[in-house]
Amino acid sequence: MARPTLALYWAASCGGCEIAVLDLQEKILDVANAFDIVLWPVAMDFKYADIRGRADKSIDLCLFNGSIRNSENEEIARLLRDKSRVLVAFGSCAMEGGIPGLANLTSKEEILKFVFRDSPSTVTTNGGVMPQTHSTMPEGKIEIPELWETVRALDQVVEVEYYVPGCPPVPGQIWNVVEHILSGKPLPPPGSVLGAGSKTCCDECSRTKQEKKLTRFYRPFEIQMDPERCLLEQGIVCMGPATRDGCGALCPKANMPCRGCYGLPPNVTDQGAKMVSAISSVIDAHEPEEIEKILDQVVDPLGTFYRFSLAHSILRRVQKP
Amino acid sequence: MAFEPKIIGFLCNWCSYTGADLAGVSRIKSAPNVRILRTMCSGRVDPAFILKAFQLGADGVVVMGCHLGDCHYQEGNFKTIRRIPFLHRLIGGFGIDRRRLRLEWVSASEGERFAEVVNQFTEEIRSLGPLKLPVHAEMRRDVRRVKDLEEATH
Amino acid sequence: MRQIKIDPVTRLEGHGKIDIFLNDDGEVVKTYFQIPELRGFEQFCVGRPVEEMPRITTRICGVCPEAHHMASVKACDMVFHVEVPPTAKKLRQLLYNVFFAGDHTTHFYALGGPDFIVGPDAPPAERNILGVVKKVGLEVGGKVIEMRKRTQEVIKTIGGKQTHQVTALPGGISKGLTEEERSRIEEHCRWFVDFGQFTQKVFEDIVLKNKAYVDLILSDAYSMKIHSMGLVDEMNRVNFYDGRVRVVDPHGQEVVKYAPHEYLDNVAEHVEPWTYLKFPFLKKVGWKGFVEGKESGVYWATPLSRLNAADGMPTPLAQAEYEKMYTTLGGKPVHATLATHWARIIELLSASEMALELAKDPEITGPHIRNIPTETPTEGFGIVEAPRGTLTHHYVTDSRGILTKVNLIVGTTNNYAPISMSVQKAAKGMIRKGTEVTEGVLNTIEMAFRAYDPCFGCATHAFTGRPSVKIRLLDASGSVLQVFDRT
Repeated sequence: MARPTLALYWAASCGGCEIAVLDLQEKILDVANAFDIVLWPVAMDFKYADIRGRADKSIDLCLFNGSIRNSENEEIARLLRDKSRVLVAFGSCAMEGGIPGLANLTSKEEILKFVFRDSPSTVTTNGGVMPQTHSTMPEGKIEIPELWETVRALDQVVEVEYYVPGCPPVPGQIWNVVEHILSGKPLPPPGSVLGAGSKTCCDECSRTKQEKKLTRFYRPFEIQMDPERCLLEQGIVCMGPATRDGCGALCPKANMPCRGCYGLPPNVTDQGAKMVSAISSVIDAHEPEEIEKILDQVVDPLGTFYRFSLAHSILRRVQKP
Repeated sequence: MAFEPKIIGFLCNWCSYTGADLAGVSRIKSAPNVRILRTMCSGRVDPAFILKAFQLGADGVVVMGCHLGDCHYQEGNFKTIRRIPFLHRLIGGFGIDRRRLRLEWVSASEGERFAEVVNQFTEEIRSLGPLKLPVHAEMRRDVRRVKDLEEATH
Repeated sequence: MRQIKIDPVTRLEGHGKIDIFLNDDGEVVKTYFQIPELRGFEQFCVGRPVEEMPRITTRICGVCPEAHHMASVKACDMVFHVEVPPTAKKLRQLLYNVFFAGDHTTHFYALGGPDFIVGPDAPPAERNILGVVKKVGLEVGGKVIEMRKRTQEVIKTIGGKQTHQVTALPGGISKGLTEEERSRIEEHCRWFVDFGQFTQKVFEDIVLKNKAYVDLILSDAYSMKIHSMGLVDEMNRVNFYDGRVRVVDPHGQEVVKYAPHEYLDNVAEHVEPWTYLKFPFLKKVGWKGFVEGKESGVYWATPLSRLNAADGMPTPLAQAEYEKMYTTLGGKPVHATLATHWARIIELLSASEMALELAKDPEITGPHIRNIPTETPTEGFGIVEAPRGTLTHHYVTDSRGILTKVNLIVGTTNNYAPISMSVQKAAKGMIRKGTEVTEGVLNTIEMAFRAYDPCFGCATHAFTGRPSVKIRLLDASGSVLQVFDRT
């Protein structure tokens, strides 16, 4: 019997999700034996033309990581959607925009201007020429993709069957997903999140939680953090309350606050809104002046609460400056 | 056509909604621009509701609750007085003028005050103009290609 | 002109494409290696708290997040003018050396190595880890997986996560080491040193004892006579974590040795409008185009260039290999691009030895792992050697430590000009008048960039040996003349 076909692709990605798959270690052989891999640019030499030549829906499973940043990312996302039976938004970038989504706090113009003109190490060419999507060289024409203004998650461009959160998804959870698929057991309904829990990071975190009455916030470098006690209780902004469980609370275990990479918990539509709510609930102040002072100590709420999920937040991006 | 502000008002059941009722019963004139949503407490107003209101096209959002110390649930409005300033910072970061989100205490007996708040806020939003956000275009279902979507947005 | 496209390049980290232009005689006139991606970290990090950068910049690369984690935290230390306690510094270095050894392993055995170990003329089905295994034995595949497993375990213990570490923060590290953890890490490090020596043997048996390969390494098509860059310690020995950046010219003469805060005086980036990546060059020498030589500002920052720029290795076993390499290849500096593979495994051994030394250091389990910054934050520079090149992070903040400016020169970026030149040189050397452009020929062009390449590739996945390219030969009007489908 023919093996099911598997494709792994990266859009605007860092390669971390690929490494996470490799961190299955010897179990990767089980994957290689069970599937016929038809696309994996990082490790194998199949090209886009090979995918274009396939029949629609002929790829049984496609694990797509990376966000949609440019025209090539979009084109391949649509191509893989057409050719795949089951398309999985794999990892934080595909699921909610990820860290590249922070570019939605600025603009394409600002990015290009800094990189190609204003960066202190850059020497401009021809009075500050910007990269062109189409270039006519003496020898012929060459091209590069167009950058889109806004970074998008995969499901903001095509329909997606499943989501696997994490930056990157932890190998143990990746194996849970693969094992489930290989077992032949029925998958949960489309739209489900796989390889993660249905509560929040706080539920997985083993630190002691007592009463939270915060009169002050600290940035992680400002204080020695008690390794046993809830970080939020100590005044360290921790995204645990607004983040889905599944990673094993790795960061609090390493004495650093959660930053939300496992994405939105069930029934939450916006990590920023959830954190505003959670933190406001535990601030112990009643006077407006006192409150303002304490809130000022939560630096960069936009970049912290939406570190991974800005592209999928309710407002998605800032106004273009 | 002149701009008519679309304002969403979250009113707590025990104080401000009753106050609004009183304004109505007392035939006190107030601008019709505020669409009222009743919650049991101002503390029930999830920040996500407010962001959602802006996402769906509200030009302004007003949250009304009991005066401090009068909350039917004791502490509810204390959470609100922390959430709204916090939200101001958030929406300010997104490029939304903070004046578009307002918090007011209106008691059950303050029909006049309710009308005053509504009229004043409506005029303020009118002077600020309609709120145009990039996400408004992103919500469109009829546009398929990113290129077309971005041309519509930017 | 005829145009051959390789799109996308595969078996490397990141996205890229190559266009090869041939004249009517079938000779290569020009190649363009374009980078189609840009995410904008330098711009979108403005406004972020600087202490978050060690956790944000790891997402520049999920293959070498450790490099960004370290360069970033070193820049942060400097921003806050804070000293790092010795235990914390040693923990960072231990993590870093272990990472280096692991990363070099995957590249050598699964990515660049197969071209070399199996041979450029070998059938594509064998030019992968499977062919390597066939050549040197089944235990190799198992050993490579074991190496990755052990290195990742150490990284998770010290860094908190295997990919995208979290523990480094300004003034130290968030988590210390228990004696139990230290002891286990020491055992792993001994294994790494053994593996490093095993790898030298593999290279010797398969490559050095084969005259054809040695000739290939030394052939002109793969030579690149440019400046070499690398971090060195006070004794001019290779150091991956700290030191000053030393640059030697194509003759091996030192032209500069600069401290991190002096990088802007020494390195600048050239822009071409047909690609999203810039081309760093030596500022004082100047940009003369994509040319070799002492007068050209083009330089490379690779394992080979690091060994060229230094006077030796900091550890004994690696030092012996270092001397052997230069003796074999005719002295310093070496300009044979393919010798980068050799330099890489020497670094693998050195990193393993360094890690073992650190793991045995009693101070590594010390309790004092953080100093709390007290000074007003200003500006900082952090430089480390990433496996694929010198990595520079430069931050400017306001008085609260919120970033106002970020400038990064990332490992492979240093090598963008030499990679472009190597590809063109290889193309010109391999495709001549009358040459039938076969997939074997095209692979020799890809070998030119793979030697530099950072990437990881997968120890267990480059199995199927599918060939790497589908080529369409077009004439000037765009009609298809010939199609090579290597898939």
